[in-house]
Amino acid sequence: MADQQISAASEDRVLMKGNEVLAEAAMRAGCRFFFGYPITPQTELAAYMAKKLPKIGGTFLQAESEIAAINMVYGAGAAGARAMTSSSSPGVSLKGEGISYMAGADVPGVIINVERGGPGLGGIQPSQSDYFQATRAMGHGDFFMPVLAPSTVQEMADLIYLAFDLADEYRTPAMILADGMIGQMMEPVTLPPARDPKDLPKKPWATTGTHMEREHNVINSLFLTPQKLEDTNRERFERYKKIEATQQRQELFMCDDADIVLVAFGAASRIARTAVRAARNKGIKAGLLRPITLWPFPTKAIDGIVEGGAKAFMSVELNMGQMVQDVELATRGRVPVSFYGRTGGVLPTPEEILEQIELRASELGINPAKAGE
Amino acid sequence: MAMPTDTSMKTNEMLCVLSGFGGQGVLFAGKVMANAGLLDGRNVSWMPSYGPEMRGGTANCNVSLSDEAIGSPFITKPTALIALNQPSVEKFGPTLVEGGIAIIDTTLAMNADAVELPAGVRRFSFKATQLAEDKGLKGLANIVCLGKLWAETQFADLDVLEAALRKCVPPKHANLLEPNLKALHMGIEL
Repeated sequence: MADQQISAASEDRVLMKGNEVLAEAAMRAGCRFFFGYPITPQTELAAYMAKKLPKIGGTFLQAESEIAAINMVYGAGAAGARAMTSSSSPGVSLKGEGISYMAGADVPGVIINVERGGPGLGGIQPSQSDYFQATRAMGHGDFFMPVLAPSTVQEMADLIYLAFDLADEYRTPAMILADGMIGQMMEPVTLPPARDPKDLPKKPWATTGTHMEREHNVINSLFLTPQKLEDTNRERFERYKKIEATQQRQELFMCDDADIVLVAFGAASRIARTAVRAARNKGIKAGLLRPITLWPFPTKAIDGIVEGGAKAFMSVELNMGQMVQDVELATRGRVPVSFYGRTGGVLPTPEEILEQIELRASELGINPAKAGE
Repeated sequence: MAMPTDTSMKTNEMLCVLSGFGGQGVLFAGKVMANAGLLDGRNVSWMPSYGPEMRGGTANCNVSLSDEAIGSPFITKPTALIALNQPSVEKFGPTLVEGGIAIIDTTLAMNADAVELPAGVRRFSFKATQLAEDKGLKGLANIVCLGKLWAETQFADLDVLEAALRKCVPPKHANLLEPNLKALHMGIEL
């Protein structure tokens, strides 16, 4: 059904699945190479690309494995193209080596993870249990990459556009960390305008052929001289500093006067927001900080909330407690941090989270405001 | 802990579970409903079951239409249920909010009456599959039930719902548009 709707003018709101929006918006961002391998719950993305990408002169290839797919992204990215791969948790683990090589060779590219429960083959229902992997250790070696966490189908479109821009600007792989809920659901979306890859900023470092006019460009992640390797790592971390300084993104909901601030991203943030409203209805001053960038983590927003007088943070996640460590690091002991999560593909209900907020309020001696206060 | 979710506390909310066997068109009927909400400029979410049940067992989708931002697209306390088989009535009937509405196709849900529903739920049971087939509308029980739900709740203007149906029937199956519209009106007039 989305197939017909996609032809609508870009300013029109259309109803589409999150996975299909990732594919459509990637093409509009100038992505012309997609390499993937099917896995629930992200397969619609690859199916959409298979149908549409060849029609606009792009290349869709179902690789023989996830490892092959990420190395194809590495190759296409090295040649200056906007390239992408997508998978779900177990498949993303397989891409780890390739992503590390891309980071080490400063090759841009976009990796999608529509998370499912883990570890191992886990389950196929929504989860956020790959937070550590995405933000800490996507592969071996000293590196980070921008990780963007959409919470709506609209953000699937907006953030993949951004992911390609960040990847190119900072010469780094970038990840969209979504989950089975946002991937599978349909919501109204306004698609971004289509960009012609020819109009994108030039990449003078890319291996596009010298045409006998310049020195060879070399794409490589092997540096056998320790000093040379340290130098390249230090230069890369200068870029990371810039990313941390300029690219933190978040949404604040009812945080201004909040006593208890929930921190939640993606699917969990949607449920947390409902719980925050319910808590407010009961006179508890709750708020929600929704990180949009998981790396860089929005530490400045945490600082602002701490300085604003919040009494406690509560990290709400679809895992056993991963982002809570970043919240603790960012609060630096200034206010207490607690955690609530469900895992394995189980989603908390808003009632369940509200109960946690009430419990926390009573532990902290925060009395609900009476009506009119 | 019985507290209505943030969304179901509002009266203008439609939180509908559509459920049946794979192939009965519950996902399609949900898409029509969601598109009606879209055309109305409302907040909309459509969440399908994507577990092993879609591979030959029961299938369902959750459709939320709201004037507020939608939290979880998974509906735990539906205001409306369209159930096309017995397991759907048993699984989702008891989750309805008090005063909700249940549209039940008793062609396959033969023991639906044995399922107790929460207080005040308006229950509409009829043999939708059979009735549709009798009128030459084979396989359109989903839309017949959607028509009945509309008749009882007016979750959108009728012309908007019809426009949504037109939008959802793909051009290559344009011949199915008329039967779908007929099925919709058949449900409305039940």
